[in-house]
Amino acid sequence: MSSMSAGAGPSTTSGGLRPSPPPPTSLRSTRPRYGEKLALGFIVAAAGVSIVTTIGIVLSLLIPALEFFRQVSVVEFLTGTSWTPRFAQKEYGVLPLVTGTLWTTAIALSLAIPIGLGAAIYLSEYASARTRKIFKPTLELLAGVPSVVYGLFAVVFVGPVVLKEWLGIEVQTFSVLSAGLVLGVMIIPTVASLSEDAMSAVPRALREASYGLGANRMRTVLRVVFPAATSGIAAAIVLGLSRAVGETMIVAMAAGSQAKMVTNPLEGGQTMTGFIASAALGDSVQGSLDYYTLFAVGLLLFILTLIINMISIRLVNRYREIY
Amino acid sequence: MAVMTTEPPPSATRPLTAESQGEKNPQSVFFLVLLWLSLAFGILVLVVLIVTTFIDGLPRMDLKLFTNYTSQVDPSNAGARAAILGTILVIVTTAILAIPIGIAAAAYLEEFASKTSRFARIVELNVQNLAAVPAIIYGMLAAAAALAVGLSRNTVLAGGIALALLILPVIIVSTREALRAVPQEIRQGSLALGASPMQTLQRQTLPAAIPGIATGTILALSRAMGEAAPLLLLGALVFVQFDPNGLLSGFTTMPIQIFNWAGRSQEEFKQLAAAASILLLAMVIALNAVAIIIRNKFTTAR
Repeated sequence: MSSMSAGAGPSTTSGGLRPSPPPPTSLRSTRPRYGEKLALGFIVAAAGVSIVTTIGIVLSLLIPALEFFRQVSVVEFLTGTSWTPRFAQKEYGVLPLVTGTLWTTAIALSLAIPIGLGAAIYLSEYASARTRKIFKPTLELLAGVPSVVYGLFAVVFVGPVVLKEWLGIEVQTFSVLSAGLVLGVMIIPTVASLSEDAMSAVPRALREASYGLGANRMRTVLRVVFPAATSGIAAAIVLGLSRAVGETMIVAMAAGSQAKMVTNPLEGGQTMTGFIASAALGDSVQGSLDYYTLFAVGLLLFILTLIINMISIRLVNRYREIY
Repeated sequence: MAVMTTEPPPSATRPLTAESQGEKNPQSVFFLVLLWLSLAFGILVLVVLIVTTFIDGLPRMDLKLFTNYTSQVDPSNAGARAAILGTILVIVTTAILAIPIGIAAAAYLEEFASKTSRFARIVELNVQNLAAVPAIIYGMLAAAAALAVGLSRNTVLAGGIALALLILPVIIVSTREALRAVPQEIRQGSLALGASPMQTLQRQTLPAAIPGIATGTILALSRAMGEAAPLLLLGALVFVQFDPNGLLSGFTTMPIQIFNWAGRSQEEFKQLAAAASILLLAMVIALNAVAIIIRNKFTTAR
């Protein structure tokens, strides 16, 4: 940073008549560049925005959440199995929302992991450069589809048509299963794209050594490339997991709004994000316990995704170190 | 394998293509078919999603969708006028806020911060974490911040801030990648000719990185355009019957309007939601296409 301070250097003028030994001139500019200092200030401040945002998030969640925990004990919140903040008999056990999130996330991952990895292996190991150039952006478009459009798709098509009519599965109008499946479709590109990057980063020499030993492509992929890219692939899956946990609109539209311990995915259930969305639409007065409840659930969600993300960052760093 | 070592060279190529080890044994073919199906599944769902949305929404893809306001009781005359205008206004606000800050933060991390700078490392960790924070949390932040400064939370400005903070990490990450791809020689040449680091950034590095920055930024904005979760937290935006007319005006956006219509019980409102979805999908796909074209054009040129 010190090199940036374009202060006036020792620009001396020689007093003699002859200019010969040339004075030691500084390459620095002779007058201060105020505009540049201003620009640098802006750049540093812009970098600081991310720190301010993090602090802002923590404060804006923590302060109302602490207010909530003054009225409801932490133990009751974390271990209670009944969530009825809007009934006359109010109970604040968050586990029903957590099971809702667990179910939708598990269903999403069990669809997205095999499909995403399959697509990634094909694109990274089998596809020609041209095929990859066409199919990769098309697959990534799946991640670009707005989540409300996915939600509508889950409610009017996946639930009633695909699951009920075509497959004969007796799902309710709002079901954890249809929400989870559509959620899975949404995170396929996340899993596929990052695992493809990890597999492409595996040095060519490893593959050639494998071919040289007589292994065919399938063996090379499964025994050499895949193990070598494990931590990158794990990071891709963990990132998909954090997307699935945090996604709001699909579960708010398709999973229903009954907060209950989810045991049957064919029925409806409410997730943490689903609760926040529906409570935000309700007219909870700022300053009421209802309002603080929102932030307590938000804080739990934030902590969960933060932990998941820390794991993902560690995994990514590990695979960067290897190659 | 033992066969290979004993066979003479001419036939040594044979075991590699033999049934047991070659690319065409049943196992390998089955594996390849599975891979094909995975990729095809993703593409198929995308196609089905677009087709079903079109079939559901096409009957309501009429002029009323563009010119009328939403209605509580009359789905056949309801439209998305307020939502379309609101989306445009909010996205412009988001872009104005997020693009300069995102590019500047990326330039700091990539061009100015020293490797040992603690501040830079903290910023970097924060950016990584913020990228994974659920969208709805940004809505809670914006709502709390608006309350703290005493502004009304259901305004275009609050919505723009929430969405800008949401996409800031995406813009920072893609801008950094674009800056990293600029050859070091360009910077060194510029510095050697006496340009200051800031001039180098402004006249050499940034212009060379523009295609990459544009791609990342457009994709980020298209994500913001489809996002509804943070805006839900900003209060009652679901029933707006006026044009948004400034930063402090109330507003609604396409995703919120679709969410609202999809939640109604009447079938006609679901149709309306599908029609609005077609519009939103068209905008998002158009933005994605522009980004991909820019990316392809400049990666082949290099």
